[in-house]
Amino acid sequence: MQDFWRRFKRNRAAVFGLTILMAIVCLALAAPLIYTQSPFRVVSKPFLPPFGEYPLGTDVLGRDVLAGIVHGARISLLIGILATVVAVFTGTLVGGISGYYGGFVDDLLMRITEFFQTIPSFIFAILLVAILAPSIGSIIIAVGVVSWPPIARLVRGEFMTMRNREFVQACLVMGMRDLRVIFQQILPNTISPIIVTGSLMVASAILIESALSFLGLGDPNIHGRGRENPFAHRLVVMRHSRNRHPACRSGY
Amino acid sequence: MLDIQNLTVDLPAGADRKHAVSELSLQLKPSEILCIVGESGSGKSIMARAVMGLLPKPHVRASAGKILFEGEDLLAASPGRMREIRGNRISMIFQEPMTALNPLMTIRDQIEEVIFTHQEMPKEQRFQRMVNILKDVHLPDPERILYSYPHQLSGGQRQRAMIAMALIFEPAVLIADEPTTALDVTTQAQILSLIRDLEKKHNTGVLFITHDFGVVAEIADRVAVMQHGHLVEFGEAKQILNAPRHPYTRSLIAAVPSLTPRAPKPVKTESVVLDVQRLNKTFRSGGGLFGGTSARVVHAVKEVHLSIRRSETLGIVGESGSGKSTVARCIVRLIEPDDGSVHLGDIDLLAKTRRQLRPYRRRVQMVFQDPFASLNPRRKVADLISEGPMVHGLPKNEALDRAYKLLDLVGLDPRAADRYPHEFSGGQRQRIGIARALALEPEILIADEPVSALDVSVQAQILKLLADIRDRLQLSLLFITHDLRVASQVCDSLAVMLNGEIVEYGTTRDIFLNPQHNYTRQLLKAVPGKNWNIPGLEAPP
Repeated sequence: MQDFWRRFKRNRAAVFGLTILMAIVCLALAAPLIYTQSPFRVVSKPFLPPFGEYPLGTDVLGRDVLAGIVHGARISLLIGILATVVAVFTGTLVGGISGYYGGFVDDLLMRITEFFQTIPSFIFAILLVAILAPSIGSIIIAVGVVSWPPIARLVRGEFMTMRNREFVQACLVMGMRDLRVIFQQILPNTISPIIVTGSLMVASAILIESALSFLGLGDPNIHGRGRENPFAHRLVVMRHSRNRHPACRSGY
Repeated sequence: MLDIQNLTVDLPAGADRKHAVSELSLQLKPSEILCIVGESGSGKSIMARAVMGLLPKPHVRASAGKILFEGEDLLAASPGRMREIRGNRISMIFQEPMTALNPLMTIRDQIEEVIFTHQEMPKEQRFQRMVNILKDVHLPDPERILYSYPHQLSGGQRQRAMIAMALIFEPAVLIADEPTTALDVTTQAQILSLIRDLEKKHNTGVLFITHDFGVVAEIADRVAVMQHGHLVEFGEAKQILNAPRHPYTRSLIAAVPSLTPRAPKPVKTESVVLDVQRLNKTFRSGGGLFGGTSARVVHAVKEVHLSIRRSETLGIVGESGSGKSTVARCIVRLIEPDDGSVHLGDIDLLAKTRRQLRPYRRRVQMVFQDPFASLNPRRKVADLISEGPMVHGLPKNEALDRAYKLLDLVGLDPRAADRYPHEFSGGQRQRIGIARALALEPEILIADEPVSALDVSVQAQILKLLADIRDRLQLSLLFITHDLRVASQVCDSLAVMLNGEIVEYGTTRDIFLNPQHNYTRQLLKAVPGKNWNIPGLEAPP
């Protein structure tokens, strides 16, 4: 462990990235402490400009914009991470079994994967959320369902390569059960590309969630990131101070 | 003609030594074959690339010395001048013909590229010249070959095409970097005799790099031996091969296995432990959902019968594609054979389902060829060795105990148990692989080309280790190899395979002294250096 941290610290870009990530996570976790009251609460006149008492001003109803952003961070991160976990779990399972066994199982699972891939992902997400009634749970499921096929293909490719490696053959000759070979032997060797794809997937999950909120499909009880925008959009020509805000807020 | 004086090539910081090549001096005369011999890491390829100006600058570059070619210093030559020389006056051929040729261009386009780079020539003359050079390299039907792509040719044909490209302008120097290592032994014999003929015909000086002393014995006029970047011995081939002076050369030659088979062990009275009958495996590929003409059928194993007695070592020899590895994998059921039976004592391994087979698996274990791919890079050595017994129910601490004992048996420090595979050399990893196979206390050990990927001195150590273990534990060994020298020293009986069939089967001594089948005779004739009597030097401890 010590060794790992030493090597990690040597890579400046990694330390920089970790700092930013920790800052956002801390902000998200600290939200209820800083802004103890609900961000939906009306606090002042609407459309107050930024850099006053409220650092980012107030929105169309007089709600504190910064409170909204900070609370929104929690939701976005939560949904992003959970949706990615769902997608990675499903994708790895499908891809792993498909790549390891090959043959008919592989064909069947890949046709299912392709089915999910040929439906445009965002429209599919909208459909799922609409059918399941908007809530955090349904958004997580929807984002997970549209994101798992690329992971499945990736994992399948890795497993197909690993399956023929001699150390896997040695384990089979030893009499190891298939499940143990998959999880104990092959999976740890394929984890790097999964981690990379997974982290990029968190970002796209957050974007999908923002877009769903923007369309009004976010959880009505929670202040999601995109919630600000419907109203902002209409008023952009009316108030110049609005112009900067949409880009900043959904720019995570 | 080519005079290398005090050449020193630097390596970047962090490499395992400072110089790839240190103060190397040698000379190549016209119309001679100079063999550079050394193990991997000795610097021989770097030296060849330095002559051609192909070093990966700026990290690896020549820092001192001169390379004089016909009076001109190549290290000081401008890039333009080097381009004029390469392909024209000095040519190079490489080890892997498939990667050295552009897969998207026909042979004709590639040879024409060489011509265009150096000379203007009208179309008719170009074509005629190409046909002539292909005839020179003994390629039948030159016109068809010219219009083929590399993947349509066999390994030997590709290598000849590459030699043709190198010789089209009749260079004064030909540098050959292990050109036959990736080829079968019969093809290798043809290419070696081709190089010898061409050298005589065109008066070329050949710098031939190899690690195989058999090849040296076959074609070299003079020999240079390299170790860790230094030239340790340089002289006439006859003198170095029969009376080497430097201790390193002596140890290398002592490690080369002799072609004279040793006396077979008296095993006729022992019981048969493994009996394989009528083994068949056919691979079908292509075809798709609707079948059709694109389906390809390969009869990898046809009606193979073999049997091994207790304490016996049976060798399977053959070239690549003969089916020997497929036979081994069918016996352990890594591949499911189409037909046949494998009797381990009374039990037919092929008749059992995979679940029923599990308890019997421990009686037949395998050692694999590639030491770098056969160990899981993410597991510690102790886990790798103890996994097998634990899968079969042994408690963890007993399994670890056994692992330590086995590390001792294969000659490794017990502290190795806490390390990861990447910290070990190829020979050490192969020892770990052997320890892993022995952890289950098998009756039969199948070794699939276990020493092919190792240097010759390490090879000798691993073979000695296998022999010791086999004798001590009374193991039966199924040894697969393409190297007849190794087979003659290790195996009691031999099965020679060609295209999936066993064409000859008998004791090693009988087969070597009195081969019956035509193919066996060809194989034995093709072994490089077969007429060289290896001097009886002491093997290193």
